[in-house]
Amino acid sequence: MISNLDYITLQQLWWIICSIVGSLFLFLTFVQGGQTLLWQVAKTDLEKSLVVTSLGRKWEMPFTTLVLFGGALFAAFPKFYATSFGGAYWVWILILFSFIIQAVSYEYRKKPNNLLGSRVYELFLFINGSIGVLLIGAAVGTFYTGSNFTLDLYNRVTWDYTLMGINLRGLEAAFSLFNLSLGIFLVFNARVLGALYLLNSIDFSSTRDLESRLRKSAWTSFIIALPFLLYVLISILFMKGFNADSEGIISLVSTKYLSNLLAMPYLFILLVAGIVLVLYGVLTSYFKKSKKGIWFSGLGTICVGLVVLCLPAFNNTAFYPSKLDLQSSLTIFNASSSKFTLTVMTYVALGIPIVLAYVIYVWKLMDSKKLTAAEITDEESY
Amino acid sequence: MTLFGINFAIGVATGIILEFEFGTNWSNYSWIVGDIFGAPLAIEGIFAFFLEATFFAVMFFGWHRVSKGFHLFSTWMVAIGSNLSAVWILVANGWMQNPVGMIFNPETARFEMNSFSEVVFNPVAVSKFVHTSSSGFLFASLFVLTISCWYLIKGRHIQMAKKSIVVASVFGLLSSSFVAFTGDESAYEVAQKQPMKLAAIEGLYKGQTKAPIEAGILNHDKKPGDDQDPFIVKVKIPFLLSLLANRSLNSFVPGIDDLVYGNKEQNIEGVASKINKGKAAINDLALFKQARKEKNSQKADLALADFRKNQEYMGYGYLNTPEEAVPPVAIPYYAFHIMVTLGSFFPVLFAVFLFYAVKGSLTQQKWLLPIGLISGLLGLIAQQSGWVVAEVGRQPWAINGLLPVKMATTNLSAVNVQITFFMFLGLFTILLAAEITIMLKQISIGPEGGSLK
Repeated sequence: MISNLDYITLQQLWWIICSIVGSLFLFLTFVQGGQTLLWQVAKTDLEKSLVVTSLGRKWEMPFTTLVLFGGALFAAFPKFYATSFGGAYWVWILILFSFIIQAVSYEYRKKPNNLLGSRVYELFLFINGSIGVLLIGAAVGTFYTGSNFTLDLYNRVTWDYTLMGINLRGLEAAFSLFNLSLGIFLVFNARVLGALYLLNSIDFSSTRDLESRLRKSAWTSFIIALPFLLYVLISILFMKGFNADSEGIISLVSTKYLSNLLAMPYLFILLVAGIVLVLYGVLTSYFKKSKKGIWFSGLGTICVGLVVLCLPAFNNTAFYPSKLDLQSSLTIFNASSSKFTLTVMTYVALGIPIVLAYVIYVWKLMDSKKLTAAEITDEESY
Repeated sequence: MTLFGINFAIGVATGIILEFEFGTNWSNYSWIVGDIFGAPLAIEGIFAFFLEATFFAVMFFGWHRVSKGFHLFSTWMVAIGSNLSAVWILVANGWMQNPVGMIFNPETARFEMNSFSEVVFNPVAVSKFVHTSSSGFLFASLFVLTISCWYLIKGRHIQMAKKSIVVASVFGLLSSSFVAFTGDESAYEVAQKQPMKLAAIEGLYKGQTKAPIEAGILNHDKKPGDDQDPFIVKVKIPFLLSLLANRSLNSFVPGIDDLVYGNKEQNIEGVASKINKGKAAINDLALFKQARKEKNSQKADLALADFRKNQEYMGYGYLNTPEEAVPPVAIPYYAFHIMVTLGSFFPVLFAVFLFYAVKGSLTQQKWLLPIGLISGLLGLIAQQSGWVVAEVGRQPWAINGLLPVKMATTNLSAVNVQITFFMFLGLFTILLAAEITIMLKQISIGPEGGSLK
C-alpha cells in the first residue's frame, strides 16, 4: 500500500509526521518549564530535590523528541535542514548549547565533587528552560515572518543580515516582535505545563506549601502567556503570507494565513479545541484542585502546535520563506527527499505507534506511584 | 550504575551535537546527501534513542516501582538501544567511506537513494559496526579492570574486585579476539574500497606485488613522487601486506605514488586524469543548469549525457593538484600502529590477569596492578586512534571520491566557526573536569556507598 502512495501524498504525510513530533516536543517542554520554576516554587532543599527528581525522570523525553524532530526534518526535508541549520547558524548553535548543559546537569547537580556547585547546574537548567525554548519559538516564528537567505543553483545557502558589519546568521529572528512573542508564549506555556506536571507527579502529603505554590504559578504563567498568544494569533490572521502558485513561483499575498485557515477548517477547529483544552487544564488545577490538568493542557498544546506548524506549510504556502529572495523560499514540495527515500521512511514510520505505546506504558508504570519525600532521602534521586 | 549514568549523560549530549553540526557546519553536505544520510539518522532517533531514553529511567528509578523481571528487561533494552544506535550512525559513516545505493540527480544537485538495502548492508558499514562495537566491549572490560585494580591497590572491596577481574578478563579475551578478527575484515575492506587510506596507514609509497609490511619511524621530508625512503628506521615482514589487503600472497598492493600518478601496468588511473574528468563533469552540470534556465531542453539533454559520462569523478574536479588527493600520512600511520600495538597487548594483559586470578596470587603481583590501572586509558587511546585512522585517513574526502571536505561546509565566515570552537572547548573542558572529579569521587565512595547503584 505504501509503495503506491504518490509523491505529493508522501510529502504531505511527512510534513504531518514532523509536525506531530514537533508538537509532542512542545508538550514535553513541561520539563523545560519546570526547570525555570525551580527557584520560584521550591524553597527548601527537600522541595528542590522533589522537583528536580520528578523532572529528572522525564528529561530525556523532550531531549530525545527534539533529536527525533531534527532527524525527521533532516531525512524528510533535507533542504530545510541544510538551509535553516547552516543559515540561521547562531540560533541553532545556541539552542544546541542550551541542551548540552541540560543533559549533564541532572546527573551532576547533586553529586559530590561536581566542580561547579549545584547552583550553577540549576542555572544551566534555567537557561535551557528559558533561552532554549525562547529560541526554538523564535525559529518557528520565522516560518511566518521569513528569513534572510538565498540559495544558488546547487542549493547552497548564503545568509545576509548584517548589523554594524556583523552577519547575525539567524539571531535577527529575535528582533521580530512576532517571533519574540511566539517564543515568550512557548516559555510561559512550558511553565504552565511544568507546574501541572509536577502537581500530577509528586505526593505532597509532607509538602503542602509546594503544592499551593505550583497551583498559583500555573495560573500566573498562563495569565502572562495569554497576551502573547493572542498577539501571535491576531498577527497571523492579518499578516501577509508567502504563496506558492502551481509553477512553484512564490509571491506575497495579503491575509494568506487567514485564507489557509478558511481553506482548512479542521485546523481552525483544532486551534480552538487546543486553546480551550489548555485553559481547562489550568482552570481545573487552580480552582478545582485537580491533579489531571497536565493531560488537558498537554493535549491542548499538541493541538495548537499542530496548527502552528501545518498552517504555513499546506495550501500552497512556503513554510520556510526567504524575505531576501522570494524564489529561494522552501515549500514541502521543493524541499523534500526523493520519492524513494520518503517511501522507505514511511515503512519505518510504521514503528512509531509501537514506540509511542511502550513509552506510554512505561510512563504509566513509573508514575502510578507518586514521588514521595521518603524516596528523596533514599538513593534513587537526583 | 552511577558511573554508567554519569557517562550516559555526556554521551547523550554528544549525540545531539553530532546531529546539529551536520546542519550548522556542513550544510552543503547535508543537502547533497540528506536523501541518503537522513534516513539512518531518523531511524536511529525513532528506534534506538527512545528505547534508551524510556528504559533508562526504569533502570535507574524503577527498582521500587516495577517488578524485578521488568527491571532486568529494561536494563537489556537500554543495552540493545545503545548498540542499535551504533548500527545506524555507523551505517551513515560507512556510507561516507564507501558511497553505494544512490544516483546523482542533476535537477536537484544532490545524491538520491535508489537502494536502501545496499546502504544498510554496505560491506564497509557492516565491518565498521562489528569492529566498533566489539572494541566497545573490549574497552568496557578494560574499564572494569582499571577500577578493580584501583581497589586492589587501595586494599578495598578485594573480593568484589577479584571477581570483577575474572569476569573482565574472560570477557576481554573474547572481545579482543573478536576485535582482531573484525579489524582484519575492516583492513580488507579499506584495501578494496579506499586503497589510498591503506597506503597512508602503511606508509606505502611504491606499490608492489608480494608486498611486505614495513613499519618504523617515518621520514617527514618524504613527498609523493620523490625517491626518498619513506622510513628512517624500519622493520620488514615479507608478504604480509598483500595477504592482509587482498588475501593473496602474490597480489599487488598500490602505494601512494601509484594512486596519485597512475600505474599503467596495474591499470590504475592517476589523479590528474580523474581531475580532468571531474572538471568536465562539473562544467557539464553547469551547462545543464544554464540550459534548464533557458528552457532549452535539447541543449540540457546533451549536457546531461556528457555529465553522466564523467559523473563518478565529479569530486576530483574540485581538487587543484593530484597531490591534494593524498591524506596527511603521518597522523593515520602512527594512529594505526598505536591501535594495532595496543590491540595486540590487551589480550596478553587479560591472559596474565586471568592466570594470576585463577592462581589466587593477584594481590602479590605489585608490578601488574599499576598496568591494569592505566589499561582503561590505553583502551581509550586505542579506540580514538582507530577513529583517527578512519577519519584522517580518508581525507580529503567527506564522501569518498565524491565530495571533498572543503566543498561540504556551510558558507560561513571563519570567525563564526572559531567562536563556536572556543565555546565548545571551554564548555567541554569544564564538563570533562567535572566528569572526572565526580567519577573519581564515586569510585572512592565505592559500591556499598550507593547500595543499589
